Amino acid sequence: MHQVFYTPTDSVEQISSTNNDGVVTIQRAYAVEKNDFKRAGEVSSQIKKIMKQVGVRPDIIRRVSVAAYEAEMNIIIHSDGGSIEFVLNPEIIKLVILDRGPGIADIELAMKEGYSTASKDVRELGFGAGMGLPNMKRCSDEFVIESEVGKFTKLQITFHQST
Amino acid sequence: MIVEELCQKLDLSLIAGASGLQREVDGVYIGDMLSWVMGRAQEKQLWITIQTNLNILAVALMADISCIVIAENAEIPAETIEKANDEGIPLLQSSLTAYQLAAKLAGVDAQ
Repeated sequence: MHQVFYTPTDSVEQISSTNNDGVVTIQRAYAVEKNDFKRAGEVSSQIKKIMKQVGVRPDIIRRVSVAAYEAEMNIIIHSDGGSIEFVLNPEIIKLVILDRGPGIADIELAMKEGYSTASKDVRELGFGAGMGLPNMKRCSDEFVIESEVGKFTKLQITFHQST
Repeated sequence: MIVEELCQKLDLSLIAGASGLQREVDGVYIGDMLSWVMGRAQEKQLWITIQTNLNILAVALMADISCIVIAENAEIPAETIEKANDEGIPLLQSSLTAYQLAAKLAGVDAQ
């Protein structure tokens, strides 16, 4: 029998659902546009606000926020645009990141610390450390990456709340 | 120590985010690679950098950094100033290098 983990505030309640056991699940989806540096960080900032509102443990907030931000920046810098889906319930927090391409030819290489395909202009802004994907994997409890060149890249990142 | 006090002790110029002057500062972090800083800076730290693009505010927000000090009078674009004001994150500036600022801060720490 699940216990209600926390009491959502009004603004969060509108996008949450409760199952028969009283377990609250919060679900949101956000669009992220290619090259949208002006709005970079807005999505991860909103995700962080929700987690703070519902009282997620601070260390988990930090890990999820870092992963969300890296994912958001990757969509902006490297992809043709995409979306971030955020799911939160007492057991887990999950981020599903999907873009429209261009896809990653060599995933193992992309996962290597320090490897980056960022352009010179983007590096001058302080991006392109080549730490994005490795950081996401390290922050998370489960990390799944799939990609097809010319089609999409999809990340599923899971954080356990109960441990 | 709070941001306002550090501002005075280090002779920093307040560029934006005055509403955050009472924020507590605990430690210092120096870095210019945004992902690196976001992954490693601790909450409440003062962040010294020469990066001035808009995204430094996102990094400060994600990492719960207390304030940002721009070293070597690096030029700060209007949109960065505007965002710092919107978010209430103190954006400070100094003509000193990161090293000189750090040395001064270490001196302040020792008092």
